[in-house]
Amino acid sequence: MATFTLPANSRIQIGKTYKAPKGAKRVRNFKIYRWNPDDGANPSTDTYEVDLDACGPMVLDALIKIKNEVDTTLTFRRSCREGICGSCAMNIDGTNTLACLKPIAECKGDVRISPLPHMPVVKDLVPDLSQAYAQLRSIEPWLQSDTPAPPDGERLQSKEERAELDGMWECILCFCCTTACPSYWWNGDKYLGPAVLLAAYRWIADSRDERTGERLDALQDPFKLYRCHTIMNCTQTCPKGLNPAKAISQIKTLMLERAG
Amino acid sequence: MTEKSASPAIMRSMLGRARGLGSARSGLHHWWGQRLTAFALVPLVLWFIYSAIRLSGMKRGDVINWAVDPVVGTLLVALVLALFHHMRLGLQVVIEDYIHDERPRLVWLLVMNGVTGLLGLAALVAVIKLAI
Repeated sequence: MATFTLPANSRIQIGKTYKAPKGAKRVRNFKIYRWNPDDGANPSTDTYEVDLDACGPMVLDALIKIKNEVDTTLTFRRSCREGICGSCAMNIDGTNTLACLKPIAECKGDVRISPLPHMPVVKDLVPDLSQAYAQLRSIEPWLQSDTPAPPDGERLQSKEERAELDGMWECILCFCCTTACPSYWWNGDKYLGPAVLLAAYRWIADSRDERTGERLDALQDPFKLYRCHTIMNCTQTCPKGLNPAKAISQIKTLMLERAG
Repeated sequence: MTEKSASPAIMRSMLGRARGLGSARSGLHHWWGQRLTAFALVPLVLWFIYSAIRLSGMKRGDVINWAVDPVVGTLLVALVLALFHHMRLGLQVVIEDYIHDERPRLVWLLVMNGVTGLLGLAALVAVIKLAI
């Protein structure tokens, strides 16, 4: 059965408070989820007071400032700081998004930050995404074609065929959508989740790919695909403004089309 | 993903677990059946509510006179079939969503199918008794 309360060792406790330096005028509280696998303690929420006059505009700027100047033990992933690598995906102010694309000014009151929901936590804001990565691998996200590529050039697409991929190639695999999906929370071991289904449809819709039928076969399953109940959290949360729910419904439409 | 000392250790690769038992190659008809019955139920339920309001306060004989009309009888049977089929499909999804252990899930599915089947048949018998 689904469990509705956290196990005793997962209950989040109130952690430390790090005061802002004296004389700071624009102070904002950052309440950040902390958990360390090595100390055996429960997770806690630490409060960091940050002087916004001495900090960049994005949530990631504040996290980097905290790590550099206040608490070096704070652990999170980040790389490109411009919304293209997907590393800094986390739950900010109740919504999964990229810390580098989320302006602090958009957060109401205290800025609450926790890791992507319902994934095992490695440390602090770092979730273990190996299951989602394995699911992505399982849909074989690469071009599969029996017709050999022309010896003297690329495989060509018309402009219309190429346009079919718009809204899908932009996905950076941050898994904000997948970890926002209640169906994935309850059945993530079997349901592929919106990010992986969007990637699957990206190859189904690719005019150069010749394994469309096999790809549909592999998805036609009560759990892998049909656990999607059109909840739409995926589309609402996507920091890149993509629409995984639409991709999933297009897969379902193709299933119907080929069954007649 | 809770760590229990009693749970068996898993050393199977993540890819092996993600592929699992493979695709069941089914699910389309369950999904499409749920949509079809939902579409059918919109006019049927509206018609039934309208009829129930119109018939309220009437004598038993008047209700029987209404039900023996073949059009009314057909619509009542269609309503019962669509409703209980839709209920069965929907409850199956709820059970699959929330009950993860195989054995309790199978038991719940059997109970649910039995109860919905019997309720549907009872409703059908009631319509037939009324309309014939």
